[in-house]
Amino acid sequence: MEYAVSIRKLSKAFGKSPVLKNLDLDLKKGEFAVVFGPNGAGKTTLLKLIATLAEPTGGSVFVSGFNAAEEPEKVRNEIGMLSHEPYLYGELTARENLRFFGQMYGLDKQKLEERIAHLLKEVGLETRADERVNTFSRGMKQRLSIARALIHEPSLLLLDEPYTGLDPKASEVFENLLKSPAFEGSSKIMVSHDLERSFALCDRVLVLNAGRFVYDGLKTNFSGFEDFREKCAPLLT
Amino acid sequence: MIRSFYIAAKDLKAEFRTKQMLNSMFIFSLMVLVVFSISFGDFLGDSAKVAKLAPGVLWVSFTFAGMLGLSRTFVLESENGCLEALKLCPVDRGTIYTGKVLSNLAIMFLMEIVTLPFFIVLFNYGLDPRALLLLALILLLGTFGFIAVGTLLSALTLGTRTRELLLPVLLLPVLLPVLIPAVEATAGILAGNGIVGISSELRLLAAYDLVFFVVSNLVFEYAISD
Repeated sequence: MEYAVSIRKLSKAFGKSPVLKNLDLDLKKGEFAVVFGPNGAGKTTLLKLIATLAEPTGGSVFVSGFNAAEEPEKVRNEIGMLSHEPYLYGELTARENLRFFGQMYGLDKQKLEERIAHLLKEVGLETRADERVNTFSRGMKQRLSIARALIHEPSLLLLDEPYTGLDPKASEVFENLLKSPAFEGSSKIMVSHDLERSFALCDRVLVLNAGRFVYDGLKTNFSGFEDFREKCAPLLT
Repeated sequence: MIRSFYIAAKDLKAEFRTKQMLNSMFIFSLMVLVVFSISFGDFLGDSAKVAKLAPGVLWVSFTFAGMLGLSRTFVLESENGCLEALKLCPVDRGTIYTGKVLSNLAIMFLMEIVTLPFFIVLFNYGLDPRALLLLALILLLGTFGFIAVGTLLSALTLGTRTRELLLPVLLLPVLLPVLIPAVEATAGILAGNGIVGISSELRLLAAYDLVFFVVSNLVFEYAISD
């Protein structure tokens, strides 16, 4: 079976300090996993290793069957990443930002323009498409950032603390977008400290602590959020 | 290669909207030339003395103005995490490096071309079109070498707190092999030599450019890795 993400004996150390220790993970296609864990558990490092933004000390990462060490460009082509930082150029307009990233992913001109128009509509920014990103609010930047992450129709979305800096209304907009057809079919791994919101969205819960998965199970294993919090709270400290 | 052009086009579009780098580099460069032309005073009428000193002044002005620009080149990328986004694109790191070199080269060369008439007027030169073309060629070759290694070092110093201090300290010694033939070739042109008189300097500049570009391209991946 080809998984969206397959991780084998993955480890990462900074100098002599180990951050991730022999992790194994298989994420099915279309699955939405949330990784919880205390600060310094290695959550962001895990996402960076999957995204080929860092090199592992040991082990291997496969995305849609591509080995991250041997075919990093093919792996990157499969990935869309959303972070607490918007990854957008402030001096360019919303449309220009999407066009630039679309060009970098090698989309052909006509398809790219159609995709830009569709995504801007999807994230509710079609009326601000030709305004500079510097003039946008944090929530608008995050919505545009979602469009940027989806521009090349990635099969895997990596979401690194996407709620950071968002007010409740912007968070709601973000969640509605995650549930929208634009995200259908893509697998997702989200790292978040917002337990309740993230739990509501996911299919699978992973708890990372001191560089190891200390819990890995389906959301359906819990009767609800309170049950999850009761059982997993000791693992999150 | 086309994606390097996309990166360069994006940088140039952003730069021409604010003109932050271009304006500061041009004003700095012009100020240096004005100060030196005042300090030369009576020498300005003595073309032999000016021909010996002016090439150095021109390259001092361009080198330090260029450093102002280089120290900003990855700031645009680091704001809002854009460097991460670039690294996430399905291109090798050499493509990113080439794109940044192209945009830096275009900005610096434009600044030099705009500054050059002021240099000619302030230092009382009369250059024919052929000499001007040769001077432009020397500027292009010298600037390419400067940008090739400067872009790499700018990326290397991005994560450091003392970036503005560290960049010139690292860059100037490495640049000497480019600056020396560039100054000598400029002096040759200002003294009225043709292309034959400066061919060895041009060959040296072209060779250094090639070496700096290839080596920097190869090691750029390590410069921007976490």
